[in-house]
Amino acid sequence: MSAPISNTIVNLPDQSTATIPKRNYINNEHGLLSWLLTGDHKRIAMLYLISITFFFFIGGAFAGLIRLELLTPQPDLVSSDTYNKFFTMHGIIMIFLFLVPSVPATLGNFFIPIMIGAKDLAFPKINLLSWYLYMIGGTLTLTALVLGGVDTGWTFTTPLSTHYLNTHVITAATAIFIAGFSSIFTGLNFIVTIHRMRAPGMTWFRMPLFCWSNYAASVLMVLGTPVLAIALVLVALERLVGIGVFDPTKGGDPLLFQHLFWFYSHPAVYIMILPGMGVISEVISTFSRKRVFGYTAVAFSSVAIALFGFFVWAHHMFIMGVSNYSALVFSLLTMLVAVPSAIKIFNWAFTLQKGSITFETPMLYAFGFMGLFTIGGLTGVFLGSLGMDIHLTETYFIVAHFHFVMVGGMLMAFLAGIHFWWPKMTGRMYPESLSKLAAVITFIGFNLTFLPQFILGYLGMPRRYHAYPPEFQVLNVLSTAGATVLGVGYMLPLLYLGWSLKYGAIAGNNPWQATGLEWQIQSPPLTENFVTIPIVDYEAYDYEWLEKKQREEVTTVG
Amino acid sequence: MDNTIATTHAEAGHEEHEHIVLPQHRHHFETEEQQREAGSFGMWLFLLTEIMFFGGLFFAYLLYRNWYYPAFAVASNQLNVPEGAVNTAILITSGFFMALGVWAAEVRKKNVLVLMLVLTTLFGVAFLGVKADEYHEKYEKHHIPGPNFSTAMFTNPAAYGIQEQPLAPDMAQHTEIFFFLYFAMTGMHAVHMIIGIGILFWLTWRAHRGEFSAGYVAPIENFGLYWHFVDIVWLFLFPLLYLINRHLPK
Amino acid sequence: MGISPVLWQFLVKWLHNSALFPAEASTIAPYTDALYFFLIAMTVVGMFLVVVLVFVFSLKYRREKSPVATQVEGSTLLEATWTIIPLAIFLVTFVWGALLYFRIYDPPANAMNIYVVGKQWMWKAEHPGGQHEINALHVPAGRPVQLTMISQDVFHSFSIPDFRVKREVIPGRYTTVWFQATTPGSYHIFCTQYCGTQHSMMIGEVTVLTPEDYDKWTKQSTSGMSLAQNGERLFASMGCNACHSGTAAARGPSLAGVYGSRLTLANGGQVLVNDAYLRDAILNPSQHVTAGFAPIMPTYQGQISEDGLIDLVEFIKNMQSNYRVQQTQMTGETDQAAPTTPGEGTTETVKP
Repeated sequence: MSAPISNTIVNLPDQSTATIPKRNYINNEHGLLSWLLTGDHKRIAMLYLISITFFFFIGGAFAGLIRLELLTPQPDLVSSDTYNKFFTMHGIIMIFLFLVPSVPATLGNFFIPIMIGAKDLAFPKINLLSWYLYMIGGTLTLTALVLGGVDTGWTFTTPLSTHYLNTHVITAATAIFIAGFSSIFTGLNFIVTIHRMRAPGMTWFRMPLFCWSNYAASVLMVLGTPVLAIALVLVALERLVGIGVFDPTKGGDPLLFQHLFWFYSHPAVYIMILPGMGVISEVISTFSRKRVFGYTAVAFSSVAIALFGFFVWAHHMFIMGVSNYSALVFSLLTMLVAVPSAIKIFNWAFTLQKGSITFETPMLYAFGFMGLFTIGGLTGVFLGSLGMDIHLTETYFIVAHFHFVMVGGMLMAFLAGIHFWWPKMTGRMYPESLSKLAAVITFIGFNLTFLPQFILGYLGMPRRYHAYPPEFQVLNVLSTAGATVLGVGYMLPLLYLGWSLKYGAIAGNNPWQATGLEWQIQSPPLTENFVTIPIVDYEAYDYEWLEKKQREEVTTVG
Repeated sequence: MDNTIATTHAEAGHEEHEHIVLPQHRHHFETEEQQREAGSFGMWLFLLTEIMFFGGLFFAYLLYRNWYYPAFAVASNQLNVPEGAVNTAILITSGFFMALGVWAAEVRKKNVLVLMLVLTTLFGVAFLGVKADEYHEKYEKHHIPGPNFSTAMFTNPAAYGIQEQPLAPDMAQHTEIFFFLYFAMTGMHAVHMIIGIGILFWLTWRAHRGEFSAGYVAPIENFGLYWHFVDIVWLFLFPLLYLINRHLPK
Repeated sequence: MGISPVLWQFLVKWLHNSALFPAEASTIAPYTDALYFFLIAMTVVGMFLVVVLVFVFSLKYRREKSPVATQVEGSTLLEATWTIIPLAIFLVTFVWGALLYFRIYDPPANAMNIYVVGKQWMWKAEHPGGQHEINALHVPAGRPVQLTMISQDVFHSFSIPDFRVKREVIPGRYTTVWFQATTPGSYHIFCTQYCGTQHSMMIGEVTVLTPEDYDKWTKQSTSGMSLAQNGERLFASMGCNACHSGTAAARGPSLAGVYGSRLTLANGGQVLVNDAYLRDAILNPSQHVTAGFAPIMPTYQGQISEDGLIDLVEFIKNMQSNYRVQQTQMTGETDQAAPTTPGEGTTETVKP
């Protein structure tokens, strides 16, 4: 580069001569069956990407309908039963069919083998099975929808779901049961792969933090999801046979369901966020040209979150009649689980110090993540505090809290990862200015949608309400307006990423000049990832090693 | 994924040791050892998820046994201990045959392996047969939860010749929860056995074709793990459901 | 609280009038709000810190200004700082929240009791004096009020945001919450646990009256019979007085004065006789047999509604002597055997 230092690190090959590499995983085999029967983790990742995008927009459509109804205080758009189906389907689709598989099944599937220097995951056939289970679960969910929908809420609270509703509860429960096994097998695959298939020299502490985060999330998937499975089986059996396991008139205990359900569903939120945090580590490191501050602390924080995450489930049940003592214990543990997340935020912030920072789109999403996840996470502390939770629980404060961490946090991290690794997965760059615009629109739309909901929550507006007192209208209108903006922000990537597949700039191996094994191979990668398995003798995020390599590298022709 | 040997190993001079490449070698593994270890680890992890799965039911059982002790005690008296004990012996024996099968595969004795797999399957089917008989007995006594469930034997045991104290109607109602958990837990266990037997048929056929007597033993070993796990679950179910506290204190 | 009461009042009133903040209409509300403002302050400071760090570092170390990054390994001191300080703040939050929780859920001894039954999709409030309200609750200002609640069907949750109280209302057992209203006025009642089709219509109004107005209201709105009187009627009509007659040879224990006492059960355990115990003993008698008595009481599960149970509980709560029990018994059939199945042997099995 000449005298003025550019404000971007993007380093593309000469576009007049650059082409997509002749042989890559996309054109290696042709035909639909070669995709549907593939064992290649990269192809499976792309299958997942297409399917979760599809389900995301269906879930998003329900969100739009919810916000549309809530423009006015009266229940005037649809009937109450229909509205109840809206938020139920929105929750089920977004959580089980989008957030849980989002980063692990797409970016994790694609990059974990490459990041550790392996040719594939440990069990490629089981990986494909995971995708089919996901598709079956998704199809069953759509079936439940088409047959008339479910209105239990995504939480399937008993005895409402077992005795008081005649919608397609069993179909939906079965769908989630099957999708749960998809999740279990993905987690199982990741754990075995990371334990057993690291390249020579790739020790645990040389792995990218993305691998650590996915590993921690996989442990949660493997240990937690089966408990959800059994809880759903019991609900289905209760509906079919009516034995009274959750029915107080027969001596059963509806609170038992709550314990079984939340034992999974709390770790589930960490399953959702941990891979996103892994993405943020990669992005912040790359765009500051620095090793993540306190690598070991961040790695152990992921594990700590996974561990502590198993012991806080009853904080979803503080006012339900659990004993005072258990409420105390769970509140204390909730405070403890908040600490590793705080550690990560500060570690990321200090990664920026003394770095060399540029502001490409992934970095913008990462900054958005840091701000919004901080708010979301701290509002979680509000809810973990017993007396405060009494007033705030079951209101829009909760809705705002989890949307801040899941949408402002996780979804932003997912988009950061998609943009960051798009050149590697497709060989093409996305259009930078348009993507920056989309990121800003998303950020603005998100805040406009969900900040008013904190206020609504403190005012007392309950969640899952079809109609509300008129004095809450102004805040609801603001929220709906924000949702419209947010929708635009999410449509844009769909459009320009699709466009970039044909018209985007050729990316070359390492457009971001990043460390990490995935950036040392061609874009898109070969089916077998590596021609020879690398021997790793350098640390993660070793920018000095990268610089040395770039100096000594002979620029290839063509 | 096909079974052919793929030549993606490192070329010039990075091989430290001669590694045997079996026909079933998957190309994404560097060595046979890595493939075997990964498979075994994967199976152990899967069994861990199964523990969590059954764990929910065990938790529900422990909870309700604690709450409705008299009902559970009297109801468990209705379970057929001799049949349960025979089943335990059958299952342990089938596990023994499975272990012998693993050994046979490792020492490459094809006929012994096939015989052992067949015996394992036979004993597994016998277990299911005894279970079916037990379930049938429950059906006849109206102890299957649902519309046909009857607490008559518990509120009025003398009329059925049962030496037991009668339960009050509200406590007798809770025997239905015991039987539900009995069917759920043994039923879930039986489902796992049926799946296992299905896999056994497939493995027996493959063993007969010689696939496991030439050094490739991973499927037999890993299935052995699964079968032993199913065995162990029964070893917990049997005492918890059949053996403990079968009578009310006098 | 460290903030002058005048400033506090001003802040809260201003926020409330901008429709951004609920009214502080109970004695506990200021405590909740204090914790809330602390947490908001914590969030603002935390956000500020993170935003400032990111902003300042981004500006100072942007590529144009800092073309080469300096690899920094880490700093144990910094790590310790941002581990310990957040942990300390979160632990303070835990203690404060726990104290507030016990304040909200531990009623004072002199609280007056009102029963609330939630069902799809309405709230029924039953005052001991016999006043019944639907989706409404009249309470006096300045007196602690305890709500004893139960659901007839699914999970509901009773919430009065302006009082900062909320409690789940579940089937199968009583849950309680208490408050002391400070300012006369009308405030929202919401059901906050999704309970089916008309969940958002399960709302009501709590009307706080001055003590004089409340007295007037109680006199005007009674249905004639107090809950306890209704309970007495049920006690006779359901045949309870046949065994619980209070005579020496009675088959069941005397219930006079049993409420609030410590009872020894047949299995040796000791139990405090409260609302929950009484309700449970009526529905699951075989698990609540008093020492010295045979387990012959039939269950009334399915025979009696939650309202009926509340009436009976109120009756037993206030029963100081067996005089009236024996009086009502004499007007019925006195030689009837204790029924072994519910309903058998009584003259009427009218569900109230």
